Amino acid sequence: MIGLIGKKTGMTQVFDDTGRLIPVTVIEFAPNVVVGKKTAEKDGYDAVVLGVYDKKKTRVTKPYGGQFPEGINPTRILRELRDYEGEVAVGDKLGVATLEGLRFVDVAATSKGKGFQGVVKRWKFGGGRNTHGSKFHREPGSTGQSTWPHKTFKNVKLPGRMGGERVTIQNLKVVRIDAEAGFILVRGAVPGPRTCDVLVRDAVKKTK
Amino acid sequence: MNLIQKIQAPQIKAGPLGFKVGDTVKVHFKIVEGKTERIQIYEGLVIAMKNAGIGHSFMVRKISYGVGVERVFPVNSPRIEKVEVVRAGKVRRAKLYYIRSKVGKKSKVKVLLPNRKEEAAQAPKA
Repeated sequence: MIGLIGKKTGMTQVFDDTGRLIPVTVIEFAPNVVVGKKTAEKDGYDAVVLGVYDKKKTRVTKPYGGQFPEGINPTRILRELRDYEGEVAVGDKLGVATLEGLRFVDVAATSKGKGFQGVVKRWKFGGGRNTHGSKFHREPGSTGQSTWPHKTFKNVKLPGRMGGERVTIQNLKVVRIDAEAGFILVRGAVPGPRTCDVLVRDAVKKTK
Repeated sequence: MNLIQKIQAPQIKAGPLGFKVGDTVKVHFKIVEGKTERIQIYEGLVIAMKNAGIGHSFMVRKISYGVGVERVFPVNSPRIEKVEVVRAGKVRRAKLYYIRSKVGKKSKVKVLLPNRKEEAAQAPKA
């Protein structure tokens, strides 16, 4: 697995080789620092711990700051990447160049919070008709009945909090990688608001 | 300039557009057939312009074998070789969608005659 922590900058459009206008999301990357390594012998699995956005040493709690080895500044974000491909040492700075050659990526981020939503928006229920004497518009419908089953089953789709959860979008095509300016362009939309932190990894389901 | 503007900037064609809504134009559009490339000319009336920046587009309407055909071109498309103005039109609105429902003389747009005062003012400069 290859991956980096980035920042969603926003969306725009670019013309491809054939002259078609393609919607793209711009993802910017600050240098990712290798904070630590997990090994199968010690931790039960192999992983690389990446961090970005330096924080002052005095501003972090001791337990949080204790994760960082000596000589490495504490960072605001820490993410683990399992089974990292390629040799890295603690203290290395990884840039966009590590993503070079990827054709498809998976992007994970926290989606925009939608608040308390009804069943039509949250679960795509069809709803009832608005006119012709209908009294059933956007309701969830019946859930538990009377004699049987006489209870609401678990996991029945009902209104509630929507969004604000981790979402991974798979197989996004990489349109451009600019190692010099430190950004990549990915075809289509990516979860989360602008300036949110995103985790970009090579696509699991689509090989290079 | 922020990053998104920096990405867009090299793709946006420089200079003024050279045509307006109401003009009859010839669009020289590159068509790729396998390996060969040729230029197809699409002539018609510009009935609308939409958006700005990278997504800036214009709609050209023509009557082809008695059927109205409308095509939307991105202004900044690299496949547009050039846009030639055949006739400048005199119109009073930004979107000429009403032309779709007109036939005969009412579907025509008046020709915009050059402004004599302006021409006279420009002449000495040139």
